[in-house]
Amino acid sequence: MKLELLGHLILTVAIFGSLFLFVAYAVYFERKVAAKMQNRVGPDRVGWYGLLQPFADILKLLLKEEIIATQATKFVHTLAPAISVIMAFITFAMIPIAEGFYIADINIGMLYMMAVTSIGVYGVTLAGWSSNSKYSLLGSMRASAQMISYELSMGLAVVGVILITQSISVVSIVESQTENILYWNIIRQPLGFLIFWIASFAEANRLPFDLPESEQELVGGFHTEYSSMRFALFFFAEYTHLIVASSILTTVYLGGYQIPFQSFLFPGLDGWWLVSAQILTFILKMCLFVFLFMWVRWTLPRFKYNHLMELGWKYLLPLGLLNVVLTAGWLLIYDGF
Amino acid sequence: MSELKKQPRTTDELLRLLEDEHTFVTLEGEGDALDTEMVINMGPSHPATHGVLRVVLKMNGETITRAIPELGYLHRAMEKLAENKSYHEFMPYTDRLDYMMPYSNNVAWCLAVEKAAGIEVPERAQVIRTLACELARISSHLLWLGSMVMDTGALTLFLHTFREREKIYDIFDLLTGARFTVSHSRIGGLASDLSPEALTALKSFIKQFPAHVQSWEKLLNRNKIFLQRTVGIGYIDGDLAVDMGLTGPNLRGSGVEWDLRKKMPYLKYADLQFDIPTSADGDSFSRYWVRMQEFYESVRIIEQCLDKLAPGPVRVDFAKQVYPWKSEVYHTMEGLIHDFMLTDWGVCPEPGQVYQAIETSKGELGFYIQSDGTGHPWRMKIRSPSFVNLQSLPYLLEGSQMADTVVIIGSLDPVMGEADK
Repeated sequence: MKLELLGHLILTVAIFGSLFLFVAYAVYFERKVAAKMQNRVGPDRVGWYGLLQPFADILKLLLKEEIIATQATKFVHTLAPAISVIMAFITFAMIPIAEGFYIADINIGMLYMMAVTSIGVYGVTLAGWSSNSKYSLLGSMRASAQMISYELSMGLAVVGVILITQSISVVSIVESQTENILYWNIIRQPLGFLIFWIASFAEANRLPFDLPESEQELVGGFHTEYSSMRFALFFFAEYTHLIVASSILTTVYLGGYQIPFQSFLFPGLDGWWLVSAQILTFILKMCLFVFLFMWVRWTLPRFKYNHLMELGWKYLLPLGLLNVVLTAGWLLIYDGF
Repeated sequence: MSELKKQPRTTDELLRLLEDEHTFVTLEGEGDALDTEMVINMGPSHPATHGVLRVVLKMNGETITRAIPELGYLHRAMEKLAENKSYHEFMPYTDRLDYMMPYSNNVAWCLAVEKAAGIEVPERAQVIRTLACELARISSHLLWLGSMVMDTGALTLFLHTFREREKIYDIFDLLTGARFTVSHSRIGGLASDLSPEALTALKSFIKQFPAHVQSWEKLLNRNKIFLQRTVGIGYIDGDLAVDMGLTGPNLRGSGVEWDLRKKMPYLKYADLQFDIPTSADGDSFSRYWVRMQEFYESVRIIEQCLDKLAPGPVRVDFAKQVYPWKSEVYHTMEGLIHDFMLTDWGVCPEPGQVYQAIETSKGELGFYIQSDGTGHPWRMKIRSPSFVNLQSLPYLLEGSQMADTVVIIGSLDPVMGEADK
């Protein structure tokens, strides 16, 4: 019993530790991707090809002076970044990165993930409100409105998957896709995938849905009044969201850790080799989504508030409902009532 | 001091206490019984106001109910300074007017002084001026394109336009010896001739440039989000645009075909073939579209100028009014004397007044000079297009959304150095 607990603890630390590392390097990756798209070189001074840049950034932010606006509500002001970053992190607990490798598998895993990401919005909203600045307030107002609109569509998109799987557990969702590549939910639920993907842009506060921070008109929005490590936490939370959103997309729609065509390509794989290969597959799939997020960010303009609402309520929500009805109807016919 | 101790009760009162009375913008007189409106101060230091433009916005949620622009944060008393400078000494100041296209400003100033003094500039100098003005227009429009698209949220295009601007800087470097503030035009001609290296660089630039504009148009013209951000945003109809005094692409974006290059030709424009793109929609997108078409027209003009480029002098050989070449100054007595006289007294136009305007990338840039016969203007007035164009800002902003402000300001393309003078 004790040994099992210890093993679990080590796994937890390992997963969260590597998540930290991934988030740090997501920033580096983003800067390199942006640089490539903009005819620039990107960070290349610190370390080999600038690979130590994330640590230099963190160190710089740690050493900066911490400024709290005099009119800010101090307790909430301090609490907000913590909420953001913690909620972003604990979402990852549900995600299996290889067969049997996950921090927790609860029978309502999908619900848990939706719930926790919703709480994450509080971080942004409270930050804007407690800063007592008009720009921040506008940013946090946008954040809360945006999250409500997109959570709904996201939830509806997931309902389709849940109907197919007949389970809300994340592990079961992944295992239901392991048969072969045709069983991936992206094939079985293309509309649901599209809705979920668009909504996860809004969830992760990424362009074209980064209205809460829109640096052009709101000059950073909810985190305008933050500096030093508190700002770094928001920054961290944003990139954690990016990684987590990509992981969720991988898990729910791209067969999670499943290696495509495994029985053809690597028939004799088992034991630790299999686990490593699965982890690698998972990381590659996740990186694909991370790259897509970045590609979109450095290409598209930003939505306007009213168009964002329009897209959320007039298009994604009805489409989500349609997806649920179609999936349910198909299941009813397929399973023969 | 007693006023500071008083506790502010309303937002307006608080603002009044915080502000210097001379910079205070009053936003009173509207019925807002429930106090749902918020006054938000945008600028003078704000990333999307293109310099130091300050706009005080009264917002109801995300909607702007009133907007008051506040100018003058970059006021450097250019017009007053001109009264104490000789005509030549004022040249570098014009570089700093609209710092996106210094060459056009130089040319506008020179044309005004030449008109006052009755100097006829040689053919080759005029062609080079025309060509460089169009190059400056491209450079200015490039910055506008990058920053306007950046204001809508797409950051990458800004870097792409700057890559092209960099090439233009290099051409200016070869042509004038300076990358940014060129001061190349001289009263009565040019500081130097177009060198073969500059010509090669220019030719290779205009050869590849239209393809880049096409690729940007491909990215933007049918981009759903970009259209949502610009179509119907910041609408102004043609009549009102004329009444407001809009000029340049902002006026042509409202369907009024007015371009000084065609209507009151100066330099070589009368001999050149080019179109005036207009669009009658009057919104941000049509202003965008007009400027994009002007890229192609400018390239066309430059190509024709290159054909017209015949050998010849680039400065008038009349040392009473126009600086002699340095070779003359260093090696002849008369040259040295004339150089001294021109530096000391300068060009002395006949007493009288003169107004000369050119079409820059922002609109009608005019210099009004009142001369009393001495070497510096008795009074000089700059008709700067950015300043007049900004007049329409309150009209355009009212009723639009917070996110539109940056796009509308971007589509008007003001440069504060010129607006504040």
